[in-house]
Amino acid sequence: MNWDIVWNNFDYFLIGAYPEGPLGGLAMSILLALGGIFGAFWLGLLFGLMRLSRKKWIKWPAVVYIEIVRGTPLLMVIFWFYFLAPIVLGHTLPEATSALIAFIVFTGAYIAEIVRAGVLALPKGQTEAARGTGLSHFQTMVHIILPQSLRNMIPSFVNQFVSLTKDTSLAYIIGVNELTRTATQVNNRTLIAPTEIFITIAVLYFIICYVLTATSRRLERQLAKYQARGN
Amino acid sequence: MNYQFDWHLVMSGEYAQWLREGFVTTLEISAVSIVLAIFLGTVIAVFRLSKVKPLEWISMAYTEFFRNTPLLVQIFFWYFGSEAVLPTSVNEWLYAQDFEFWAGVISLTVYSSAFVAEEIRSGIFSIPKTQLEASRAAGLSFLQSMGYVILPQAFRIIIPPLISQCLNIIKNSSLVMTIGVAELTYMARQIESYTFHGFEAFTISTCLYIMISLVVSVCMNVYDKKVLRSMHY
Repeated sequence: MNWDIVWNNFDYFLIGAYPEGPLGGLAMSILLALGGIFGAFWLGLLFGLMRLSRKKWIKWPAVVYIEIVRGTPLLMVIFWFYFLAPIVLGHTLPEATSALIAFIVFTGAYIAEIVRAGVLALPKGQTEAARGTGLSHFQTMVHIILPQSLRNMIPSFVNQFVSLTKDTSLAYIIGVNELTRTATQVNNRTLIAPTEIFITIAVLYFIICYVLTATSRRLERQLAKYQARGN
Repeated sequence: MNYQFDWHLVMSGEYAQWLREGFVTTLEISAVSIVLAIFLGTVIAVFRLSKVKPLEWISMAYTEFFRNTPLLVQIFFWYFGSEAVLPTSVNEWLYAQDFEFWAGVISLTVYSSAFVAEEIRSGIFSIPKTQLEASRAAGLSFLQSMGYVILPQAFRIIIPPLISQCLNIIKNSSLVMTIGVAELTYMARQIESYTFHGFEAFTISTCLYIMISLVVSVCMNVYDKKVLRSMHY
C-alpha cells in the first residue's frame, strides 16, 4: 500500500489548488451541492405547486418537466446544458456554472415530487377550513398548507441533498475540478496508488453523506411526533 | 441561434447504427446488473434480519458505505483498483473478458444492491411478524420460513419500489461511459465529438431513456391496480 501519495495530496483533495489557483476538490463539491439544493428548492417548490393546480395550462407544463427529467439520466442533463449553452447563448458557459444549472434543473424535478407528496399528505380539512374562513387559494397555500407540509418534507429534502452531494461527482465529466476529478488527476499523475486514492475519496464523500443521512433519520423520528396526516 | 439541424445524419447510416449498438449495450449492462443486484440485495437484507450479530453488522456497514458514496467513485475504484481488492484468479478472468463491461457491472451491482437491500428489508418488515412466528412454530428453519413464507409475500409488495430501483440502474448505467463502455450516452457523446451534431444525438438518446421509463411506469400502474389493491396489509 502506498498511502504517502494520499497524504501528500490531501490538501489538494480538500481545496484544490486554492489559494494559489482556483478553488476545487471537496470544497468545490460542497459548493456545487449547496448551490444546487438552494436553486432546486425554489424551482421544485414552484413546479410542485404548479403540478397540484387544477388549471390544465398550469399543471401540464409541470407534468412534462417532471416526467422528462425523472426519466433522463443526470449525465444526459449535464451534457444537454454543457453542449447546448453555446448553441443557444452563442458563447460557452464556465463548466461549473453549466454543471450547477444541470443540477438545479435535475434535482428540481425530484423536489417537485416531494413537495407534491408533502402537500397531498396533509389532511384535506386544512385546506377546506382555510378556504372556509375566507382565505384565497394562494393565501391558503402560503399561510396554512406550506408551513405545515414543508416541515414534514425536511427529511426528504435532506435525503435529496445527500444524493445531490454524491451526484456532484458527475461534474467531473465536463471538467469541473471537484473532488472526483482531483482524485483522477492525482491518479493519472502517479499511477501507482489507485486503490488508496479512490478509497480516500470514497471515505470523504461517505463522512459527509453519512452524517446527513443520520441527521435525516433523527429528524424523521422527531417530526413524526407532531405530524398532521391525511388518511 | 445559427445551428443547422441534420436529423438525417443520426437517423440513418453509421451514426444510427452507433446509437442502436449503444442502446443494446445499455440494456445488456442494466439487465445483468439488475439480476445480480436483486440477488445480492436479497442476501444482504436477509443477513440484516438474521439474529446473528456479525452478519447484521456486515450488512449494515455494507449498505451504509455503498449508499453514501458516489457511484462514479465506485466505478473508478473497481476499474482502477480492482487488482488490489479482488483475488488474482477473478482478475485474470475479468481481463480475459470485456474488462470495462464487467467492471461496470460490478460497480452498478454493488452500488444498487445496497438500495435494493433497503427496499427488501422494508418489504419484509411490512409482513406481519406472526407470519414468521407461525412458520417457525410449524417447524420450518429461519431460512426455510424466509424462502417459502416471508420472501414470496414480501416480493409482491416490494415490486413497485424495486422496479424504480431498476429504472435507476438503467439511468445510472450511463456513468459507465467514463470507463469506456460504449453504451447509449457514450455513443451520443461520441457522435457529438465526431460531427458537432450533439443536439440530434442527445435528443434521440434522451428520448430512448424516457421511453424506457414511461413504458415501465405504465406497467407499474397496471400492476398497482391489479395486484396490490387485492392485498390487505
